[in-house]
Amino acid sequence: MPELELPVLTTTVDKIVQWARRSSLWPVTFGLACCAIEMMSMSASRYDIARFGAEVFRGSPRQSDLMIVAGRLSRKMAPALRRIYDQMPDPKWVISMGACASVGGVFDNYAIVQGVDQIVPVDVFVPGCPPRPESLIYGIVQLQRKIARQRAGLGARG
Amino acid sequence: MDATTIAAALKELVPEAEFGIGAASDQPTLYVAGERLVETCRALHDAPDLAFVLLSDMTGVDWWPNEPRFEVVYHLASFDHRTRLRLKVRLGGDAAHLADVQEIWPVANWLEREVWDLFGIVFDGHNDLRRLLMPDDWDGHPARKDYPVQIKMTPKVYEPLQLSAEQFRANIEADRHRRPAPAADRPERPKDTEAAG
Repeated sequence: MPELELPVLTTTVDKIVQWARRSSLWPVTFGLACCAIEMMSMSASRYDIARFGAEVFRGSPRQSDLMIVAGRLSRKMAPALRRIYDQMPDPKWVISMGACASVGGVFDNYAIVQGVDQIVPVDVFVPGCPPRPESLIYGIVQLQRKIARQRAGLGARG
Repeated sequence: MDATTIAAALKELVPEAEFGIGAASDQPTLYVAGERLVETCRALHDAPDLAFVLLSDMTGVDWWPNEPRFEVVYHLASFDHRTRLRLKVRLGGDAAHLADVQEIWPVANWLEREVWDLFGIVFDGHNDLRRLLMPDDWDGHPARKDYPVQIKMTPKVYEPLQLSAEQFRANIEADRHRRPAPAADRPERPKDTEAAG
């Protein structure tokens, strides 16, 4: 009779929780300008982001945990961005996609916010104008590695 | 139709106005004085041999430091005659007022708001002249030549309230009738003892 091996894995709660969180990052649709086209093509079939767990782009911020700010943010839109960010439940992460979202891009003027990190805390900046879909996927993978390093923070707020 | 034909047709309809022919290669271009704008636009819209029923764009130009400083440009189109027309009005910098053409082309509502927002040209008779592209509490008119391009300003993360305090209270008062009446005042509901049998 062959000896049965029990399929058992030992790990920590932190690691499992963070694995679950990073493998199912659901972005909220925050495509502002041209970078949104590359974000759409990243989620389409050729560069499929669903293989990394970002299966659905939730329409509501209350059901998502990742905000990809794709495109230039105008001063008039800044309060809306902050409001959408505030409506996302914890834990949440932000990827600033493209040059305009990261530093204002080519638009150094009165209308464009020079970097969305003035409004929301950003975890990963993805440079490019626009970044290729593979670049953005690399950014998401880097974010997944960042999440893997973090503590899960369960029970921190009681 | 070219500019001279249109100008000749307009001269019969609006005799007091002077029409300058603009030097442009793509569309007929006419200049008109600000005081004659509304009659000219009405003639352009109503006359059957002109029939410029579409105002496709309205914009402004700032020629600072030259005088007259501003130019307001109307792009019109006529479907019946398959023509486009560019109508320009020159305005001085310190008296940048122009009549509102909303009764002729209702689309001018937002177009005039945009021109006011970016250039500061006031449209007399406009019922709702407020910011369109810039935030509601913005200072200054950005498309002017003496407005800085780069500014360093912390972006605001709150939205300014667009209502005054009186309007806010009036809204609440108006909604008061929607609250359910107190239990004593509600109408008697018929008891469904027949259905329970």
